[in-house]
Amino acid sequence: MILFRGKGLIMAEEKLLELKDLHVSVDGREVLKGVSLSVNAGEIHALFGPNGSGKTTLLNTVIGFSRYKVTGGSISFKGQDITEATIDERARMGIGISFQRPPTVKGVTLRALASLGREGLSMEELERDAANLDAAEFLDRDINAGLSGGEMKRTEMLQIILQQPDLVCLDEPESGVDLENMALIGRAARIALGREEAGGGQCTRLKKSLRSGYRAGLVITHTGQIMDHIYVDRGHVLMNGEIVCSGNAQELLGEIRSHGYTECFRCAGCDRRNLK
Amino acid sequence: MNEYRVEEHIGDFSSEAPHHDEIKDLSALADADREKLLRAGIDKEQPAAGTFVHSDHNTVYCNSRLKGVELAPISYALFKHDWLKDYYWKIMDRDKDVFTELAAGRKEGGYYIRSEKGAKVNYPVQACMYLETNALAQDVHNIVIAEEGSELNIISGCASGPNVRSGLHVGVSEMYVKKGATLSFTMVHDWAEEMAVRPRTTVVVEEGGRYISNYVCLKPAKDLQMYPTVYLNGPGAAATFNTVLMAGPGSRMDTGSRVYLRGEGTRAEIVSRSVSTGGTIYARGHLIGEASGVKAHLECNGLLLSDKGVILAVPELEARHRNLEMSHEAAVGKINQEETEYLMARGLSEAKAQSLIVKGFLSLDIIGLPDALKGDIDKIIEESTAAGAM
Ligand SMILES: Nc1ncnc2c1ncn2[C@@H]1O[C@H](COP(=O)(O)OP(=O)(O)OP(=O)(O)O)[C@@H](O)[C@H]1O
Ligand SMILES: [Mg+2]
Repeated sequence: MILFRGKGLIMAEEKLLELKDLHVSVDGREVLKGVSLSVNAGEIHALFGPNGSGKTTLLNTVIGFSRYKVTGGSISFKGQDITEATIDERARMGIGISFQRPPTVKGVTLRALASLGREGLSMEELERDAANLDAAEFLDRDINAGLSGGEMKRTEMLQIILQQPDLVCLDEPESGVDLENMALIGRAARIALGREEAGGGQCTRLKKSLRSGYRAGLVITHTGQIMDHIYVDRGHVLMNGEIVCSGNAQELLGEIRSHGYTECFRCAGCDRRNLK
Repeated sequence: MNEYRVEEHIGDFSSEAPHHDEIKDLSALADADREKLLRAGIDKEQPAAGTFVHSDHNTVYCNSRLKGVELAPISYALFKHDWLKDYYWKIMDRDKDVFTELAAGRKEGGYYIRSEKGAKVNYPVQACMYLETNALAQDVHNIVIAEEGSELNIISGCASGPNVRSGLHVGVSEMYVKKGATLSFTMVHDWAEEMAVRPRTTVVVEEGGRYISNYVCLKPAKDLQMYPTVYLNGPGAAATFNTVLMAGPGSRMDTGSRVYLRGEGTRAEIVSRSVSTGGTIYARGHLIGEASGVKAHLECNGLLLSDKGVILAVPELEARHRNLEMSHEAAVGKINQEETEYLMARGLSEAKAQSLIVKGFLSLDIIGLPDALKGDIDKIIEESTAAGAM
């Protein structure tokens, strides 16, 4: 049933991001070995997979980090081939990313970066959004300098919210985050993905009008905690640089939890089962 | 390659300059000149304890406004205070090199600044060395005395006028920081591209005294060489050096800071940040620990933005006592690619991202700087690192 819903709706909608047979090498080693994946406007997809399977590589290739060399296949966004586009072009086209391990940038404050990143961003908005993420005190510090793992996730989320991209890529938004802060991160993810208004205090019901403001997401998660806060339309399991399984995200996660990754490709929720 | 050495070309510079009359008010300066002074940190709009402007071979303006601080042309001070001869050419040898010899040969130029015992001078004293005549050899001799328990803040701007392409500037400075006093000395250089510059500075710090030096040179200088030396003679004395350099194509900047830690428990910190966009930078530092309980650290960081540039970091630690702690770190490299790309992922162009990183790299947290000057320095850094300027 869920399968049907997925296929029926998705086909009719516009493809926002499309990866076709993507091959990516890092330092001369092939890490992604032919990944195909599409995310339609407004949809959220989750990426699962064991450590080292290539999840971060996939996101960082989508945004265009130079370390990740595309050796085959293509990436399109909003119908345009962006395989050769620069990182800032992609960012300005509407791809935003919260990194798993963002670098420290000495001498550059978060405030400076945020205001340069989005023209016309008001200090009020910046400060309000920072306060909502309990990150106000990090605004005038050097980016990520001395931040704990959980604090970095909050400042990464803040940047995404300010940037307002059409495709929100989150690389393990919950890792290192304590239970209390998880609620903040969850809410931030809802705001970033257009599921909730930044100003509104209450949980907004799913209305048609809101739906049109839905932004798409590609979310890497091991624990699935973030899925308590955002409804994920579809999940994919990446193993050894290949997507071995796609389907209902909740079901996939359940299978992974009970059987681990090795059994994954035989799981009940997998709509690739018949292809294998 | 045959390097230009100004030592071999001193004869190329003229020693004669037109006489410049004293002015009553800084606003009497031509706009272009005033603009230049501003760039070197001298601002008549800013509250100052006193202002001194020396042009070519003449003092053109000298105005001391606050109690507790004395400011005068050196020639006048030597005439007025007989005791001052005990501070004149006392911690610097006249025949140290051809440049000190050049300065010793002439008597009139330079400033004398002294803060009285216990005086806390709230506002900085502004001192400007200005070169107005092209191809001139300018030499000055300065004496600074921070008497016991006093606090003195000097901002020294050095600049050349709009008509100057080349020239030689020699500045001899002898500074005395007495017991428990603090002297903060900030020097901003804004020279013409073809200038040769030779500051010669020695500082002596007594017990519990503190010397803070900030040096900023972001404009190309054909040949700049200096190695200011501080003697921490009294126990518990401290010295801090912050140096910020940016060398464009054709510039050669050979700068270093040297501290002799002679008193027990003396401390020193030398920090330099150098950026080469095609010029040559020697970033030196030398710490000599000679007493028990000495603590000192040296940090030279360089960013090389062009393959035509050279950065040579030369940190030296010299321990002459068992019971001390001295360390250094030096790092030279290009702009970190991952950091650049991280900023680009937020929508900044590569050039903008790099200029932001360079600006951040140069923006040392300089202690004791008045906000206005901090703003000026930030502005200079901003302009020098703006996308396209590098
Ligand atoms: N910058 C890099 N340099 C060298 N190897 C890399 C680099 N980035 C990724 N790799 C290698 O590529 C493989 C995939 O790494 P990636 O970070 O994409 O995994 P991941 O699925 O995100 O894992 P995790 O769950 O641990 O975050 C790993 O074997 C990793 O060691
Ligand atoms: Mg990862």
